[in-house]
Amino acid sequence: MNALVLSAIFGVVMMFSGVVFKRNASIKATGIIAMIVLLLVNCMEMGNIKFFKFDVSAFMVFNDYALFFNSIAIFATLVYLVLTSAEMEKVGRNLAEYFALIFFIIAGITLTTSFTSLLTLFLGIEIISIPLYILTGSDKRNLKSNEAALKYFLMGSFSTGIMLMGIALIYGSQGSFSIDAMNFSAAAKTPNLHIAGMLFLLFAMSFKASVAPFHFWTPDVYDGAPTVFTSFMATIVKAAVFIGFVRLFGGAFGKLESTWSLWVAVMIAATLFVGNITAVFQQSVKRMLSYSSIAQAGFLLFGVYVMNEAGREGLLIYSAAYCLATIGIFAVLSKMTDYSFEGFNGLAKHQPLLAFTTTICLLSLAGIPLTAGFLGKFYMLKAAVSNGGNLWLVIFAVVMAAVSVYYYFRVIQAMYFKDGPVQSVAATPLEKYTLLIVCVLIILIGVFPNVFLNWLYFSR
Amino acid sequence: MISLLLILLPLLSGIITFFIKKEAGARAWSLLAAIATFVVAIVAFTCYNNTASLSFSAPWMGILNSSFAIKADGMGAMLCMLTALSFPLIFISTWTTSYKKAHNFLGLMLLTQAGLMGVFLAMDALLFYFFWELALIPVYFICSQWGNEKRIKVTFKFFIYTFIGSLLMLIGILYIYSQTNSFAIDAFYNASLSSQQQMWVFWLFFVAFAIKMPIFPLHTWQPDAYEQSPTAATMVLSGIMVKMGVLGLLRWLLPVLPIASYSWGDTVSTMAVIGIIYASLIAFQQNDMKRLVAYSSIAHIGLMCVAVFSETQSSIQGTLFQMFAHGINILGMWIIVEIIERKFGTRKMNELGGIAKKAPALTIFFFVIAFANIALPLTNAFVGEFLMFNGILGSPVTQYGVAFMVAAGTGVILGAVYTLKMGRQVFLGKTNSRTEQGTDIVFHEKAILCVIVATIIITGVYPQHLLHSLEDITNSILHKSDVLPLLKTMKQ
Repeated sequence: MNALVLSAIFGVVMMFSGVVFKRNASIKATGIIAMIVLLLVNCMEMGNIKFFKFDVSAFMVFNDYALFFNSIAIFATLVYLVLTSAEMEKVGRNLAEYFALIFFIIAGITLTTSFTSLLTLFLGIEIISIPLYILTGSDKRNLKSNEAALKYFLMGSFSTGIMLMGIALIYGSQGSFSIDAMNFSAAAKTPNLHIAGMLFLLFAMSFKASVAPFHFWTPDVYDGAPTVFTSFMATIVKAAVFIGFVRLFGGAFGKLESTWSLWVAVMIAATLFVGNITAVFQQSVKRMLSYSSIAQAGFLLFGVYVMNEAGREGLLIYSAAYCLATIGIFAVLSKMTDYSFEGFNGLAKHQPLLAFTTTICLLSLAGIPLTAGFLGKFYMLKAAVSNGGNLWLVIFAVVMAAVSVYYYFRVIQAMYFKDGPVQSVAATPLEKYTLLIVCVLIILIGVFPNVFLNWLYFSR
Repeated sequence: MISLLLILLPLLSGIITFFIKKEAGARAWSLLAAIATFVVAIVAFTCYNNTASLSFSAPWMGILNSSFAIKADGMGAMLCMLTALSFPLIFISTWTTSYKKAHNFLGLMLLTQAGLMGVFLAMDALLFYFFWELALIPVYFICSQWGNEKRIKVTFKFFIYTFIGSLLMLIGILYIYSQTNSFAIDAFYNASLSSQQQMWVFWLFFVAFAIKMPIFPLHTWQPDAYEQSPTAATMVLSGIMVKMGVLGLLRWLLPVLPIASYSWGDTVSTMAVIGIIYASLIAFQQNDMKRLVAYSSIAHIGLMCVAVFSETQSSIQGTLFQMFAHGINILGMWIIVEIIERKFGTRKMNELGGIAKKAPALTIFFFVIAFANIALPLTNAFVGEFLMFNGILGSPVTQYGVAFMVAAGTGVILGAVYTLKMGRQVFLGKTNSRTEQGTDIVFHEKAILCVIVATIIITGVYPQHLLHSLEDITNSILHKSDVLPLLKTMKQ
């Protein structure tokens, strides 16, 4: 609740900061300080210090899981702002507005991760989506950015419509929006209504999370949007949608698992396949990362599929690992002039630190042990194996994980083993230290996940 | 506690090496670290006999029931000893080979050593998996950075191969974990999966180990990787890293999945035997010395694999002994190849010849090592291969012991042919323009080759000490993987 209210307030504050401050540096500082405050108040709520005591239990419940994820999301956003706010200035003149939109998205994320009513979910998803449409098109003079924004908007509204339809059908069958009040029994005479509603919701959520076969918008939008905003969309927002996904299907449709589990399994397989195989053929690192984000969504979807405690924990670790690593790579990428693989040639010689941090992030994404990414994959696989009966999917997933090594390592090869011209990659010391901290965190979570997960257990 | 030092010492000194920018300093420091590790290994395995001081356990991932448990049993101690002995020899033998950014190279080498030690000592499945990968990553960087022309592609193939294997192993580990709820090795030994479950979990593990060893038909990465890697890395790959696969079979496959190992034994042995003959025939055709030794390594490892699945005391003890012997022999072989390449600028056998006249000392060392490679009596490999053949012939778990033995024996004969052919082409005959200017080896090269030859002959003439230290572990492996009584009761 703390984070929800404050992020909305900060959003408004940031909008007006553009009027008050004339210099971008002040706007940036305000935004980053506000984000730190947001992180602190969210951590306070985990420690049971609540500033706002409204009774909203009919709409949302801020349980430990949701709060913990919100902390991860806000922390990742903070890292993101520190790393990329310099690049954000170059997108357009409205820096204050970009910051404001990001704060609104955070508000949407807190709604999405802690809803108990389908209406709140709808609100949360929309509050996330609309600022994203704007951010996608923020590079106004760039045709690709415009195209991406329009495409995203049209497809997004369409899927929103489907979602609303699903919610309406569920309401029609159950007479309630609350996910706790859902009572699906196998003996119900006409389950068609809520099964149809559930499928609509499944499709709509899959669209928002870019799960195949609803992923077609993803590469174009991620590629067209300004790189700094792609980084935000592909990581934090996507992870939040998955938390909402798990909450919806674990909470509301848990009892119908037999109906949807095969659908989801097929979607996982399709997502992994499409994402990984297509990423192999990309020539641009940015497009490769868009497809890799689809591929990673396949692994995240395991959290929805397995429906056990290990899967839910895995989702947290996975999203933390994925967000940190991808933000780290995008931060370096957004400073490059050439987005192709060749653009990375010889980076290790000229910018050893940036190359090193990118390598750690890539290793984490590829799921190499000692990194957080491995632990995320490990948890997902563990959850799926202990679930039993779906080993074909697990084996398929690891084969696809091995495919992913191919395109992640291409970047490493370019940086370390090939020679290239001197790149003018200017990173400030602050950015370099932040990147180093990201790497340390990735390795720390990978080696001592206890430290990370104990938060979840202790706060209970 | 002292076994922890075997991992920490190379790990920390490796990290420090990255920051010593001067080449001479980095070389001296890394050699010092390798020698220090060797001394620790000697102290650990001679002065401490009780298992308590050789094992170490600390809580690690409490939520997952995984602990940082390491222990040096007979097999682990022997392989750690091999690793600790090899690294100083590798560093000295490549002392004059120049590397760009030598400090990075040497640091990565020491990290590899730490990973290898960890694999040999880990007594927790998750920890084992961690070290299994940790040993691979530095090697990937070494081979891609300092290898030959086609290095990037070849090393990448090697990496993807082993990565798929290890991920499949991870599923296997997770599957057993889902039954035992603990990663401790004893829990794995007591997992008692049903025979149906064992039958397919076996392959998840076996593919990982077979890729590492390598076993036909998963060997295709190996000759290329050996050829294209810098020789120091090839030494590590072939001398020590392939032992990871054999160790995996002996520690993580046979005792954990005994019924499946019994049932699939013949299939696996057939694959290995095909590999032995196939690799020997190809080795015969090679012109490049590195490729020849690479293929001969496939044949040797294939024999170990057959012996492991014969499950007799003689064959298992022979395999353990041969792991050490093979490590030493092939290291010697690579050192000589490295010296020849450095001196004469080629590894092509048809471009060489008559080195014996110019470098008599090198020639003598080569022939002793070559004799060891073809398992002549009085050399260490003879003891190992004799025990293995003896075990394969008398194996109670397979009906085809004789067939396997005949086929594998053919491989050994072919081995003698191609090894001696290499000796003849390279060292005997007339000198040519390339070898005319050759000089003999210098003191430090003589010294390390002396160490290797001495080890070959001492363990060949007096194997009792080493064999004795491997007795306990052999019996314990056999005891845990013994399925014959179980099968008898099932039949009744």
